[in-house]
Amino acid sequence: MKAHLTRRYVFSASHRLHSNAMSDTENAATYGKCNNPYGHGHNYALEVTVSGHVAEATGMVCNLVDLDGFVHSEILERFDRENLNLRPEFDRIVPTTENLCTTIYDILQRGFTQAHLERIRIEETMMNSFEYEGDN
Amino acid sequence: MVYLTRKAEFAASHYYHNPDFTPEENRRVFGKCNNPNGHGHNYTLEVTVKGEVDPRSGFVVDLKQLKEVLNREVLDAMDHRFLNKEVPEFSTKIPTTENLAIAIWQRLATKLKAAQLHRVRVYETPDLFVDFYGEA
Repeated sequence: MKAHLTRRYVFSASHRLHSNAMSDTENAATYGKCNNPYGHGHNYALEVTVSGHVAEATGMVCNLVDLDGFVHSEILERFDRENLNLRPEFDRIVPTTENLCTTIYDILQRGFTQAHLERIRIEETMMNSFEYEGDN
Repeated sequence: MVYLTRKAEFAASHYYHNPDFTPEENRRVFGKCNNPNGHGHNYTLEVTVKGEVDPRSGFVVDLKQLKEVLNREVLDAMDHRFLNKEVPEFSTKIPTTENLAIAIWQRLATKLKAAQLHRVRVYETPDLFVDFYGEA
């Protein structure tokens, strides 16, 4: 039997939305308050959904200890209490939650091999959420 | 096609143990969840059914019937129970959230008239849930 397991994590980070491809006026018009040069922060909630056959011996899709361990060391350690703009992942891309979604998805897709990655979902605030399932 | 979700809550205890594993293996794989005295959760169950809207009633499903089936098949059997000892499915299967979602699906799928079961979602805690879509 195939089941989907979703685990929710929280982290806090700051960012500034600013594109080097735009003029200052264009940046201000596009990003509004989010273009404030000093940045601002969010409490992000990250939901990771993995899927797979439920193993007879354990009753599990994957061991939560493995998933939690991977997310803590590879995602939360990297982004929690950080300024996203200063992270190498956002050297060339704007740290919008769309780009954060694809970045985190890629880290999980490459590194977490114990179950199939279905989707990730990020809540930037209680009003905005973003989902990414890869481009296939 | 319209999807309708009904939510319910139940409290139950469980522990994880595979009799084919050695005591060391059980402790390594299941960690704290291997405590034979059990521990409990407040589970939240979301049952999603789908169907065409009946032109006479405007319903996908009679919610009263859905609630009755849910109470009879799931809540009466699992609420305030020790899953390992009191729910027959878990005399042979480990009562993980994955297996709980599958067991609830199997209890409901044959009993629901009119509407078709689409998804069973079981929250073990607010930050962990499993979805089962009836996939083999």
